[in-house]
Formats: sequence, C-alpha cells, structure tokens
Amino acid sequence: MEPLRTHKGLVCPLNRTNVDTDQIIPKQFLKRIERSGFGQFLFYHWRFDDNGNPRPDFPLNDAKYKDASILVAGENFGCGSSREHAPWAVQDFGFKVIIAPSYADIFKNNCVKNGILAIQASEEQVQAIMEKAESEGYTLTVNLEEQVVYDHEGLEVKFDIAPYPKQMLLNGWDEIGVTLTYEEKINHYELVHQQP
Amino acid sequence: MQTPKTIIQKIWEQHVVQHEQGKPDLLYIDLHLVHEVTSPQAFEGLRMNGRTVRQPNLTFATMDHNVPTRERHIIKDQVSKTQMDTLKHNCQEFGITLADIHHPDNGIVHVIGPELGLTQPGKTIVCGDSHTSTHGAFGALAFGIGTSEVEHVLATQTLWQAPPKTLNVKVNGELGTGVTAKDLILAIIGKYGVQFGTGYVMEYTGTAIRALSMEERMTVCNMSIEAGARAGLITPDETTFEYLRGRRHVPQGEAFEEAVAKWRELATDEGATYDAVVEIEAAEVEPQVTWGTNPGMCIPITANVPSPTEAVKTSKKDEITRALEYMGLEAGQPISSVKIDHVFIGSCTNSRLSDLRKAAEVIRGRKVSHAVTAIVVPGSFSIKLAAEKEGLDVVFKDAGFEWREAGCSMCLAMNDDILSPGDRCASTSNRNFEGRQGNGARTHLVSPEMAAAAAVAGHFVDVRQFTAQEVG
Ligand code: SF4
Repeated sequence: MEPLRTHKGLVCPLNRTNVDTDQIIPKQFLKRIERSGFGQFLFYHWRFDDNGNPRPDFPLNDAKYKDASILVAGENFGCGSSREHAPWAVQDFGFKVIIAPSYADIFKNNCVKNGILAIQASEEQVQAIMEKAESEGYTLTVNLEEQVVYDHEGLEVKFDIAPYPKQMLLNGWDEIGVTLTYEEKINHYELVHQQP
Repeated sequence: MQTPKTIIQKIWEQHVVQHEQGKPDLLYIDLHLVHEVTSPQAFEGLRMNGRTVRQPNLTFATMDHNVPTRERHIIKDQVSKTQMDTLKHNCQEFGITLADIHHPDNGIVHVIGPELGLTQPGKTIVCGDSHTSTHGAFGALAFGIGTSEVEHVLATQTLWQAPPKTLNVKVNGELGTGVTAKDLILAIIGKYGVQFGTGYVMEYTGTAIRALSMEERMTVCNMSIEAGARAGLITPDETTFEYLRGRRHVPQGEAFEEAVAKWRELATDEGATYDAVVEIEAAEVEPQVTWGTNPGMCIPITANVPSPTEAVKTSKKDEITRALEYMGLEAGQPISSVKIDHVFIGSCTNSRLSDLRKAAEVIRGRKVSHAVTAIVVPGSFSIKLAAEKEGLDVVFKDAGFEWREAGCSMCLAMNDDILSPGDRCASTSNRNFEGRQGNGARTHLVSPEMAAAAAVAGHFVDVRQFTAQEVG
C-alpha cells in the first residue's frame, strides 16, 4: 500500500446523503476476481443512462472534475454492503481522499486498508467545501500528519483520526505483516483456549 | 465486587490477544465464514505473499450470491461460474470445507451457519458480508468485514478492532397479532434512522425480544447493519439452547450441558451500563412497508407516503424528492394503494422454515393476482427439503408461486433472478437501495406475511385484516 502524507488535488462534490455501496459499485460488477479495474464502474447507474451514455448532470461526468482526486459527499457515505469493491472503485477512478460528515463503519475501515483517507468534517464545513467546489479548478491540500485540510482562500478544516489508522496510512503498512510480528501471542492465545 | 458488564464486553474481553494503549485490540476470531464474492482477492493476496490459512478448521465456505435457483447445474453467466470455480479451487488449495452448489449443506451463508450449529453463543464470528450481524441472535459477536480483513483473518485468525460503543435497544411489551420481527426491526430503523447504530454494537433487550423465536431473532439481528451497527446481539437463553441442542457442530451429550452452563454466564449483568439506550413499545408497532430507497424510509401499512415538505433539512428534502422520483410514488398517497408486479420471499432476513410456513398460511387456498409474478427461494437446501416434507411447496405452487432452489437470488440479483427497470417488488429481503433487485427496479421491504398478502391482492394490504377475511 502506498503511504499517504500530504495530498493536493481537485475537489469533486457529490451532494447526496446515505450513498450506499450498491450505488458506488453495482452488483453486476462484483463478479471479477481481481482487485483492479473497478474505476470504470464507479457510480455506474448514476453516471450512465440505460443505453450506457454519460448523464450530463452527474458531477463525475462534468469536464471540470475530470482530474479530481478528492471526493466530497453527504452524511453516512458508504452505507450498506461490506463490498471492498466500493473503495477499490473509488481509488481506481483516481480519488485518494474523501470528505464527508460521517461514514458507515465497514466502508471507513475498508478505506484505511487501501490507503484512502476518509476525512470526517462537520456538516457546515462539508457544505462550504461543496459550494466552493462548484467553481472551476477548486483544489484542497490535505496534510495527514497535521490533520488539516486547507485551500488558498483561507478555509481550514482540522480533522480527527485515531492514531492507528493514521499510522497505517502515513506508512502504507501491510497490516498482515504487522500482525504476524505478534504470532507468539496468537500461539499463546490458541494454547490457552485450546484451539486446534 | 466486579463491575457489571454487558455481554458485548464479556465476549470482547475473552477474545483479546493483544492490548496496548492507543491501539485497537487484536481480537481472536472463532469462526470465519466465506462466500464466493468477497473472497477471491483475499486468497490471491495470500498466494502472492506466500501465506497460508492459519486455521482452516475455523473457516467454512459456501456459495450463495451467484447460484442459479432454477436449474442448479446451468450457470449461464460465465463470470459467475468463474467466481464459483475460483472459490472451489481456493478451498481445495487451502484446505477449507466448502458447501458447494450441489452439497446438501449449501445455502445462504447466514442461514447455514446457525443451521449447522457453527454459530454459537460467545463466539466471535466474521464474514466478508455485512449481514453477518445475523449470527448475533445467538449471543455471538458477529460482524461483516471487507476483503482485506478477510485476507487478514485467513492469515492470522485475528483482527485489529477498536472496542465498540454499546447501545441497548430495548423493546418493551408484546408485539400485536399479525406484527412480526421484520416489522419490529423496520419500525426501529424507521424511527431512529439508518445511522443511529454507527460506531456501536447493539444489544436487543426487553420482553418483546425474549418472546421471539430464534428465527425471529435472526431477522432482527440481520438488519442491525441497516441501522449502521456492524453487530447486534441478544443474550442467549433457553430458546437459544433448545435451538442448538443436537445440531451437528455443537458439543453433544454432557459436553453440551457444560457448554450451556458457560453460555449462561455471558448474560449481561444486572446494573451494566451502555453508552446509549433507545426504547420502543412493541404494542405500537404496526406492519411496515418501505416506500423509499433505504430501509429507514418505512411507514406503517395504514399510513401515507411522506412528502418532502415534512422534512426540515434541505438534504432530507432532497433525499425524499429523489426517492419518490425513483420509486415512482406520489407524496401523500396511501401505501396500500401501491400496486406491485413482483413478490420475492427469500434472503437471509426471511427465508427460514418459519417464514415460509407463515407466508404459506396466508396464501393457503388463495391465488396470486394475475398481475403478479411471485417466487419463493428457501434459504438453504435443507430448508427446502423440510418445507417440501410439510407440503409447503404444494401450497405455494397451488397459489401460483414459483418454488425455487436455495440462494441469495433476488435479494441482490447477482444471478438470473433480476427485475427490469420500473418493476415493483414486495420483497422480504433487507435492502431497498436503488437498483438492488435490478437496474431501475423498485423494492418495497415487508414481512413474509405482508408479501404473501400483497401477492394475492396485487397491492399492499394490511395482513391483519386480510387474514381475517374468508378464503373465497
Ligand atoms: S441474502 Fe441478500 S443480504 Fe443476505 S447474504 Fe445474500 S445477498 Fe446478502
């Protein structure tokens, strides 16, 4: 996993609440057995009509957000199914950071495992960013070490993140590798609890 | 005296492998359930890093999401077939027991775990599937995980988890006649929203919960995730122990009684406190129907579809407007006036034997409306057999239902059981998200009884009045 320390990128607003993972990546695309290539299906039925033509009113189809790498959305982003294909699609499309007032637990976890930073900001802050992102070329800079997001117009949002996911993201650790350094402890647990 | 603890804290503490200040706990996992959709990349990860499965004996796999429910052996979709074949190869390579598509134990992962007695009180249970919360009905700490975590559990039999906050969902009194566990959980989510459980593990308590059968408890815990909670559980009691007695994977004979004695100690202590509490009066719950595009958008069968003007926040107004548009409904129209063209009885929420029995009771001697296509998909192969032994298949078929093979089927429509744009379905499943049952299709979540009544009437009806009518 690639470490994520600072990131500067174009912001794309998705002004919807309770965006579920069925919308992020519809089920017909869950049949692939690879981890890659899901970006083309991101928000598929919101992005494309029944004939596969892009819907012009959907932000991800707007030319000004073509190179966006920061997604801003409404509360409870990523609710529903546990499918990790959702963060894979978000990432494969080019997003590295998400900003929303709240997230579903499993989705948020899945983001960390893939090196995506899911920032929690207040509803007012998110609204403010959404409005600014309406204008062409609006970028934000994220500094994970300092836990802050800012633009060049004076907006500054401090955010909370637990120490563990922060370290994971900063260092891009392979979590299994980390856990295996505790193998003795796991052996001991199994001995005491008589696991096979 | 020791501080009183909740069952959640007790199970947690029994499973901590490693605890360090400022870090999540490393939690031991007792049971890992695997299915074909969320596992291929995890096995691939193991292979790429030269890792093995630490505890194949604590890992159990099934195929459910993709499986055909008409003719078992004909898998038309080659990509689906590849995914199922991949699971088969992975299970062979890593030594994991698999209930494949032709195996007598096959069924929906959250149906067969309890059926086989793999699900037991006090266990930590995970699966790459958000409805793993179902197993909480037995007093297990069970939650859904992503594919990276699946790989982590395969390799280490553990997970890093921050201790959750606890939420007591207390249901007082008794459910009324014709009101089901499904209506109860929908009403709870309708009242408190799709987010109130986020960050919590829920414990369902109160007299109405105690009165539920195991199958009804599973229906309730199944939908914990629709309230945002990764896990929801119920302290085990006699109902739990009687359900488990004699099942294949539970201890037998004297060892079972010893296990029961241990399981009893899991009960939440008198005086234990929770981080939050919500309370519901069971008597106030009516049969529910969802009208919108998430499970929190539900109303009693006696009510009217809401209007955006009722919402205060702009984001809520927008959400209602969007949902009405997608669902093709008018604000203020009675939900009972909504006509349907499909009925789906199935899914890990409501596909167990008692669900099928109750639905069959409603339709016995009646006919499915000519405007409706109705299917029943049992949750597992063994449920299908048991139902056929009782003649339920005949009741359904006589009424005009299709009687199918087991699987997830139209709950998420990854196989051939898929609706067309604009189709409207009364479904006993758990999610009414846009496109869940097919692109552009409209899903209304209901109980099996309400689904059966709607199949006959061709629109939503109050099952309490419906069953009072003469069969004619
Ligand atoms: S029945 Fe539906 S909700 Fe349950 S595991 Fe299958 S797809 Fe998921």
